[in-house]
Amino acid sequence: MIIGVCLKQVPASDSRIKIDGSGAGVDASDLKMEINPYDEFALEEALKLKDAKVAKKVIVLTVGGSDSEQRIRDALARGADDAVRLDDAAFAGSDSLGIARILAAAAQKEGVGLILAGKQAIDDDNSQVPAMVAELLGWPQVTVVDKLELDGGSFKAWRQSGGGVRDVVTGSLPAVISADKGMNTPRYAKLRGIMMAKRKKIPVYDAAALGLDPASVGAAGAKVTQVNWSEPPARPPGRILSGEVPSMVKELVTLLRDEAKVL
Amino acid sequence: MQLYKAPNADIKFNLEAFDYEGQVASIDEYADFDLDMAMSLLDEHARFCENELLPLNESGDRKGIHFNPDDASVTLPEGFKEAFNGYKEAGFLGLPFPPEHGGTGAPLTLAAVASEVLIATNKAFSMCPGLTSGLIEALEAHGSDDLKGRYLENLITGKWSGTMCLTEPQCGTDLGMLTTKAIPEGDHYRLTGSKIWITFGEHDLTENIVHLVLARLPDAPPGIKGISVFIVPKVREDGTANGVSCGGLEHKMGIHASPTCVINLDNAVGYLVGVPHKGMRAMFTMMNNARLNVGVEGLALSDAAYQHALAYAKDRRQSRSLDPAKRELDHAADNILVHPDVRRMLLNVKSTNEALRGLVTYIAINIDRAHHCADEADRQKSDDIVALLTPIIKSYATERGFENVSECMQVMGGAGYTQDWPVEQYLRDVRIALIYEGTNHIQALDLVGRKLPRHGGRLLQTFMGEVTTLIRGSKDTPELAPFISALKERSKQLQAATMELAGKGMSDQEEAGAAASNYLNLFALTTLAYIWCRQLTHALSVGGAQQEAKFQTARYFFDMVLPEADLYARLASVGKAPMMDFNVDYL
Repeated sequence: MIIGVCLKQVPASDSRIKIDGSGAGVDASDLKMEINPYDEFALEEALKLKDAKVAKKVIVLTVGGSDSEQRIRDALARGADDAVRLDDAAFAGSDSLGIARILAAAAQKEGVGLILAGKQAIDDDNSQVPAMVAELLGWPQVTVVDKLELDGGSFKAWRQSGGGVRDVVTGSLPAVISADKGMNTPRYAKLRGIMMAKRKKIPVYDAAALGLDPASVGAAGAKVTQVNWSEPPARPPGRILSGEVPSMVKELVTLLRDEAKVL
Repeated sequence: MQLYKAPNADIKFNLEAFDYEGQVASIDEYADFDLDMAMSLLDEHARFCENELLPLNESGDRKGIHFNPDDASVTLPEGFKEAFNGYKEAGFLGLPFPPEHGGTGAPLTLAAVASEVLIATNKAFSMCPGLTSGLIEALEAHGSDDLKGRYLENLITGKWSGTMCLTEPQCGTDLGMLTTKAIPEGDHYRLTGSKIWITFGEHDLTENIVHLVLARLPDAPPGIKGISVFIVPKVREDGTANGVSCGGLEHKMGIHASPTCVINLDNAVGYLVGVPHKGMRAMFTMMNNARLNVGVEGLALSDAAYQHALAYAKDRRQSRSLDPAKRELDHAADNILVHPDVRRMLLNVKSTNEALRGLVTYIAINIDRAHHCADEADRQKSDDIVALLTPIIKSYATERGFENVSECMQVMGGAGYTQDWPVEQYLRDVRIALIYEGTNHIQALDLVGRKLPRHGGRLLQTFMGEVTTLIRGSKDTPELAPFISALKERSKQLQAATMELAGKGMSDQEEAGAAASNYLNLFALTTLAYIWCRQLTHALSVGGAQQEAKFQTARYFFDMVLPEADLYARLASVGKAPMMDFNVDYL
């Protein structure tokens, strides 16, 4: 079986995000990029399945420009066998559905039997793409998975469904699984892996290569339009209480209950 | 609070400034390791060190190691074994070693600059790969093919670790006094004796520990000319225990997670490395790398301390600016960076750290060239530079590094003295670097007594040739003019001091001994001025804020640090009288 891992580059989690002057997006000039942390869990799970000889090959699927190549190489260095970069002028301005169409087409082209992806990307936090990919392919899906077992043509996936309840979902392959934190501990690249990854050729597929109608992706196919970007309002300054301790405690409790409404 | 981040941007700057690609990656066998590849390897190494080794630094210091008297075993603090396994599995241990023995085959330059990050995140941990590397180098250079085949791969891949067994209770600096005996027996030897201060002599990270042991054969001439080198494994190749045991641990000021052992050899089987009685020569071939690495320790902890002191200073408000216009009256006090002396301390550290990082890079590049250049003259030139500057980086970077960590503590006031911050640990951990691998005064004697006279003074001429080339090449660059003219002055001062020392030292060696340490510091400051000029030359081609930052930092160095050279020149010329005329009864 071939596992496809959807991998997106995002600003490093400790970045200070600035809105660009026109309010049309993030100013990426000083941003350090890294692999979306949830995608790292997806990649690691795929690599573990390959180590266990359940999967034959792990292929990375990335929608992005040439600036995302370094992240793809990071994934290859850790042990992914191949990667394809999905890039076309027509992809610009894609919403989640557009991205899902591109990824679904690439997965089909590569003969992928299981798609692993992060449960969400930490930049826009939409959590939509994996589910949409599954829907487009007509495959079963389980999202926010923190444990996965494969057995022949079927899978068993564990997920937190809120309120302390844990779901165990079984289904058949091919399928889409989105990975949550805790699924595994992503590995470091080996030095030899880094060196091999540098030499690997990463094919680039455009809309035509993927058999996609350019009108179905990018800004042309988007159902979501971004109107404006702005920074969240600045946090109001904190308050420092003064006076005797017993009266301060009383005041603090009142404030926590009536104003902050946390008690 | 551990805030350390690997300075990989500055490491890259230095690899560019000292033309890593032209000088090293252009050598055939390093063709795979262009700058882009180098940074990929170094970035992954830094990520591992920051994520896996840094979190163990404080816990390792507090918990320390445990000696189990029942079976004479040593247990490292929690997490060290997993971290070591991760480090070896990634292949970091074998970075500069030959691929045919399981290494990556990268230039030594990359291992040297990577070791700064390894040490800064966890100096105690770094001692194990550090000593193992020394053993690997000794085996590579002097071992028979048979020994290499049996030992190298397991050492390079981290299945086994290595030590250096030199010191004995009665012999430290003076190795000629050592008494461990080696008796021939068939194809091997039987060794008996007691070795002390053996770093990672016993531990639970690897299944076997291979000791490199200095000992005497029965027919050995007395003194330093009768020392041979042996490989002594803890576990023999047939799986049986060898006569090697840990007799206990030292309780040290710092590097608490690094076991410093007494190693007793009782009729232990060992194998000769190289030629009988020529052991010291074998030791010296790897000493350059080991001494460079100890110099890196000074830099590494100095930078780690700087990062914390700076973070603290940016946050701390005390007192008012001496300039009323700079006061922030909506705060109860001003940020301490308004105070000239806080800036002085931070800049002392920053401007010497950045220069030392350049010096490490420069020396390391020359080590690669000394070993691998096709042309004999190129190899010799690089070898001259390495031999000359090795005692300087070892001594000056550790002395300055210790001072710098102390200065960082001063910036932080009482907070720096507490265990809430890692600076007090850095101060304890770095102190040993001034002592081991040849004390700093031994480095000064090496410089003055061996390196300066060698080949009729050729080493100094070679280095001065580099300085002159830079000065000539910079004459049409007005931005560099003030720095170049200071460098010119300082090289004249150094040459004058060298002449004086040579004159006095030739007729009276005590004169040389009295002046050596101060002379070394004078030499070091001149060298750092050269390094800064090389860095500025590169900064001009980079432009922007990085250029501006380098020029401002250099300006500080040339105005506020380099003048220390006058003091050292003066002290070096005082002569031996104040020490040697002193009546020891009055000590």
